[in-house]
Amino acid sequence: MSVETETMPRRVSGSSILNNPTVRSIVIQVSLIVFLVGFTWWIIDNTARNLAAANIASGFDFLWSRAGFDIAITPIAYTSNETYGEAIVIGILNTLIISAAGIALATILGFVVGIGRLSGNFLIRMLSTVYVEIFRNIPPLLVILFWYFGVLSVLSGPRGLEESPIGIYLTNRGLQIPSIIFGALAWASFAAFVVGIVAAIVIAQRNKKHQLATGERKPILWTALALILGLPILVFIVTGVPAVLEFPTANRFNLAGGIQIRPEFIALWLALSIYTGAFIAEIVRAGIMSVSKGQNEAASALGLRRGQALRLVVVPQAFRVIIPPLTSQYLNLTKNSSLGLAVGYPELVAVGSTVLNQSGQSIEIVCIWMAVYLTISLSVSFFMNWFNSKMALVER
Amino acid sequence: MNSKLLTALLGMTIAGLAGGAASAQTLDTVKERGQLRCGVNTGLPGFASQNDQGAWQGLDVDYCKAVAAAVFGDASKVQYSPLSAVQRFPALQNNEIDMLARNTTWTMDRDTTLGLAFAGVNYYDGQGFMVKKDLGVNSALELSGATVCVQSGTTTELNLADYFRTNKMDYNPVVIEAQSDVNSAYDSGRCDVLTTDASGLAASRLEMASPENHVILPEIISKEPLGPAVRQGDSQWFNIVKWTHNALLDAEELGVTQENVDEMMTSENPEIRRLLGQDKDFGASIGLSKDWAVNIIKAVGNYGEIFERNIGVNTPLEIQRGQNALWTKGGLQYGMPIR
Repeated sequence: MSVETETMPRRVSGSSILNNPTVRSIVIQVSLIVFLVGFTWWIIDNTARNLAAANIASGFDFLWSRAGFDIAITPIAYTSNETYGEAIVIGILNTLIISAAGIALATILGFVVGIGRLSGNFLIRMLSTVYVEIFRNIPPLLVILFWYFGVLSVLSGPRGLEESPIGIYLTNRGLQIPSIIFGALAWASFAAFVVGIVAAIVIAQRNKKHQLATGERKPILWTALALILGLPILVFIVTGVPAVLEFPTANRFNLAGGIQIRPEFIALWLALSIYTGAFIAEIVRAGIMSVSKGQNEAASALGLRRGQALRLVVVPQAFRVIIPPLTSQYLNLTKNSSLGLAVGYPELVAVGSTVLNQSGQSIEIVCIWMAVYLTISLSVSFFMNWFNSKMALVER
Repeated sequence: MNSKLLTALLGMTIAGLAGGAASAQTLDTVKERGQLRCGVNTGLPGFASQNDQGAWQGLDVDYCKAVAAAVFGDASKVQYSPLSAVQRFPALQNNEIDMLARNTTWTMDRDTTLGLAFAGVNYYDGQGFMVKKDLGVNSALELSGATVCVQSGTTTELNLADYFRTNKMDYNPVVIEAQSDVNSAYDSGRCDVLTTDASGLAASRLEMASPENHVILPEIISKEPLGPAVRQGDSQWFNIVKWTHNALLDAEELGVTQENVDEMMTSENPEIRRLLGQDKDFGASIGLSKDWAVNIIKAVGNYGEIFERNIGVNTPLEIQRGQNALWTKGGLQYGMPIR
């Protein structure tokens, strides 16, 4: 035995430089990089040469030519005279809007249903289970088509509608609501709103300090409501109600005026939220169940009510389990928003494929798609990682 | 969407890996394969659609058959690739199909930057509008404020934007990828107006729940010369498709039909003799057999027969010859002379 242990290292060091782990790992890594760079260069070079041989124009210059087509939903001003590049920017904005709206609603739905699945109330628990089991198990495209063709398309048209006293109409052209047109003095009310929020935060912090010092809890709900809502309303009335409502009115074809939310947006938004909400519910349930029963019992022993125990003890601990998979769901929702193509919601893929077909620049467009989704996904994931590290258990 | 992304990605890979395949002789490849791969519409009655038995039929389909007949002497040797508007050009560019006969408008951009070569115009079309009768609209100029359904990625979409802009009218576009979804969105009342090529409107009207409730407005707002296209860089293959088209037109002009083609072989008319390969062998100059045109006419008839069989006044589409009549009858169809 002793002989063997002595000869082993000698043979390794003396035999060959290839057996040196450091050298070996450097050699492997360098050759991998050389191979990858070479392979990528070969693909790019080959593609470029073939495109040239087939007389197909390439490059990104087309982004500056006139688009010539209109887009249904434009968050910023856009006409058919703008460029392909601007059309793609509209697509990116629409993707961001639907993703943000979807993430917000899916999170609310997911938390409500996830907690509902653990409820002591049989009906709530059953309803939550049915919701999760149904929507987790059908493809999101079907949910989108269901809302678009099954629900929103069969609504009545905008003509011959009975006039609605509150000016809200839900037709097959979407949801039409009155818009508010603010007058000159409206800024005062907005300022009051901001002041109210700041004041409420200051008071809340003072109350917290007071509680830490003395143990006495000062309820803040009514004070905060009065500051945040009451103050601006008061200012609004004092300045003479500087706003008018613009009601939608029927013209020959459509309802005009007010704010229109198009059925393509509604269908996609509801479908993405409901679909992803089912997954989030399961994540939330798993997160809460990961908190040991003893924590709940300890909270009750301290005299916390069920709601307080959930809010102060269980959820903060559950968050550590919830956040990483939640990030994946947010990323999924963002990527699934590309299904808007099916119902004509002009998000990045829909606008991009129109540009692709009008300009014929398929490779360039696919590169733009990949770059944009990669950027969005990495940003979401970066933010969630930061949030995760904030929420991580602080050990004392 | 996924299939399209996949096509595009596949396109990248193939463009990257296929090497010099793009410049290979298409005729040899087609002969070796024993089948013509032809890109057609996913479903446009009269131009390309499948019947109850799943067999393809239509004006564009007959052009695929005509080319197959010219190459193989057998019109059945076609493999049809149904393509969406967005898929059609990448499919041709990447050698997935040999020719594209999919009611595609011949434009300068497509003829140059996309690397396509249009072999002729097999249907002179123009963009029109269809509305529901009960709207009481009589002219496209009354459409300000309307919601318009249109297919994405088409010249139609661009003409629509130009037309409303030029006439200072507003509209809400509803842009959907598949024409069938565009039609159903219009039929369900999502839009007031449906716009596409006039021939397409006639076909779409048939798919409405009650076709008699819809009216096509008189305005034609664009030129849409539709025709078969091939890849650039293979002039032999381009010539085959181009002269198949011309042979169909010449046959109509000379009165050669599917029925009388055998009798016409003995005709004394020098033009007919040249078309049917009785004097000089024109087939050899495009790499085909001497009786290439005979095979075409036997398989699908002449241009007039193709038109009447698929979209003419005796079909549900009830389209008049109009601009698509021969030049001798006041139309635009003009077959180049075979000599």
